[in-house]
Amino acid sequence: MTSTESTDVVVIGSGFGGAIAAYHLAAGGARVLVLERGPWLQAEEFEHDFKLGSSYTRVFDFVVGDGMSILGGNCVGGGSVVYFATMPRAPRFVFERRGSIGRRMWPASITRDTLDPWYDRVTEALPVTRQSWEKVPYAGGLFAAACAHAGRTANPSPSAVDVDECVNCNWMMAGCRFDAKRSLLLNYLPAAVAHGAEIRPLHEVQRLTRLADGGYRVHYRVVDEEDYRILHDSGEIDAKLVILAAGSGATPVILQRSEPDLGRMPHAVGRYFSGNGERLNTAILDEDKVRDVLGLSRPDGSAYAAYQIGRGPTVASWDRLDGSLPEYERFSLEQLYFPPGLGTILAQVPGATGPSWFGLEKKEMLRQWQSWLTIFTMSEDDNEGVFGPPPETGNAHRLSMQMLGDGPLRYRPTANTWRGWSLSDAAVKDILERDGLARVAPWTNDLVGAYTVHPLASCRIGDDPATSALDDRHELRGHPGIFVTDGSAVPGALTVNPALTIAALAERAMPGIVRAARERGVAVQYGAPAPDGSTAARVAVAPTV
Amino acid sequence: MQPDNHDVDPARTATIEAYADTVVPGAKRSPDDRAVAGAALGGGAVAAGAVELLEQPGGGLAEALDSMVYTLNDHAAGYATAHGLALDDGVPAFVALPFEHRTALVLELTAPEHPEKQMWVALALFSNMAFDSAAHLTTADAFANRHPGLLTIGYFPPDADGLFRFPQYSYGRALAPLHPQTTVTGDPA
Repeated sequence: MTSTESTDVVVIGSGFGGAIAAYHLAAGGARVLVLERGPWLQAEEFEHDFKLGSSYTRVFDFVVGDGMSILGGNCVGGGSVVYFATMPRAPRFVFERRGSIGRRMWPASITRDTLDPWYDRVTEALPVTRQSWEKVPYAGGLFAAACAHAGRTANPSPSAVDVDECVNCNWMMAGCRFDAKRSLLLNYLPAAVAHGAEIRPLHEVQRLTRLADGGYRVHYRVVDEEDYRILHDSGEIDAKLVILAAGSGATPVILQRSEPDLGRMPHAVGRYFSGNGERLNTAILDEDKVRDVLGLSRPDGSAYAAYQIGRGPTVASWDRLDGSLPEYERFSLEQLYFPPGLGTILAQVPGATGPSWFGLEKKEMLRQWQSWLTIFTMSEDDNEGVFGPPPETGNAHRLSMQMLGDGPLRYRPTANTWRGWSLSDAAVKDILERDGLARVAPWTNDLVGAYTVHPLASCRIGDDPATSALDDRHELRGHPGIFVTDGSAVPGALTVNPALTIAALAERAMPGIVRAARERGVAVQYGAPAPDGSTAARVAVAPTV
Repeated sequence: MQPDNHDVDPARTATIEAYADTVVPGAKRSPDDRAVAGAALGGGAVAAGAVELLEQPGGGLAEALDSMVYTLNDHAAGYATAHGLALDDGVPAFVALPFEHRTALVLELTAPEHPEKQMWVALALFSNMAFDSAAHLTTADAFANRHPGLLTIGYFPPDADGLFRFPQYSYGRALAPLHPQTTVTGDPA
């Protein structure tokens, strides 16, 4: 069955890029329809359960590519539902990066200074708050103490978690049962709905076609709510404007699949993908050394043995976020939690004499799981990811009924990328193997390639049409009326967690998108306050709009 | 989703068990256990439920298992020939391989250059997942049944309502100097 509807704006995806656009457009008076391919769950449906079919596997996607695997959200609220809510601003030097293209990657109009007011809008809306040492979980404290012992600094990372409501269960990847994590389900999305936006879960957009009046027809399939491998009805929605925010792993795929009808895509669609320079090391702590060398102990008498306790990454070391260092040698190190199920298989046994990721020695390492500490590197990669031909539907061939599939991304890390990874591996060793505190090994890249939870740049903004798919207003080059506002628009790796930057860029794009909608005959105005009605940040950006 | 109620072929099950046991080794279930090599103490992937997880249609590998079992035993026979090993033909070839040779073959099959790597990595991933997260059981049931994987990794159990909460979670004090360039909002400059 195929039916055709029409509206002013179709928003594809309901993560940061989609939710922010839906809110501002709906609040401004436009008719907005949000199509989200994943389910729509609320706090009471978020389970603490690893079972296949629980909320953990319903809201989460793991797409294995050739040399790079992507973890991301697959639900209403997108990445914000499954992320760890660590929300630092990108350091100043990031906006001056040249990457491999021999010129500044970012549009001339965007610097840290020009983006700061838009960061402010997001931090007011969620909100994001500065964190105190007093409420840093054990794993973050341990990493901080080890950094200090190695003569380094460490910071509690700004966070969108309301720590007074948080129970430190470390189930954030399955959605927050306690609404302590300020996901988009608590701010932009309900505010968008209150202004009349309609959100349709389990609607997977496959492609776009062009209408005679300059608008677009959005073609979707309805996804089975239990087995995502099964697609049901198809449908079409005509819109004057389309916001594409399906995520860096899906946005370019939808555009590639649309190319036969829409015409040639910009060269950068599906190219320049960045995994945010991500890399993981696992340390196995010697509990006695933690007590003796770092002087740490818990009320129950143990020194650490608390890998499971906490709320993801809470402490980062920014010593290498130094703009005077050469590009590809700058990175942050962040303490991270990675739940069992997907992560432990990739952790390697330090100094293994046999297989490093399975077998006898790995089982012995698993016995010490509570003494693990995962250190997450975010460095400067070389935008070397390229998407191959799109799969028949969606952005991956789904293997399991939920969560697991293989996609068309190909990634071969360059020597530049490896430089950052190797330097960060050495830094982690320096911090954590000092005085016998721990044994450390990086995760293997041999099984599912490199690994990112922060896919970026596969449809990026820029000033150079040859190396950017979008102009600095996020409009797709050569296809007026299509805007991209998700992580794929970010030009390259950020050396820190990117959600706040993705959201700030979406906020920044909104006045221009509203103008474009008006030019297409949509009765809409820009100027909504924060979703809770706060106005300080709106007032601050007013002069720039 | 529950597994299909088909007639289970013991040779097929033994082959899958032997692979899972190579990934996360465990103690033999009985003295005459051939599939589990008994290379490690305590339950391994097999006792943790790897076969149950792999046989679930929702996992995505169930339909491919017949062909994977056939191919794995074919590789095992080839491996034995190449290494001059005489195999007991009363059990599938992979089951007949001694543990260290099963390990060597799994290393070969999952190496980056192996053309079937993706399939064997997936089999290893699911075997490991059965052990470290009991993905075929509700986590509360896994604890009630004393799941060997969750117990081995020391995963703390949930509260009585099935939810995890950790009232004690912090050392509660500053443990490192802040980066000197930290902004008033707590961000990198």
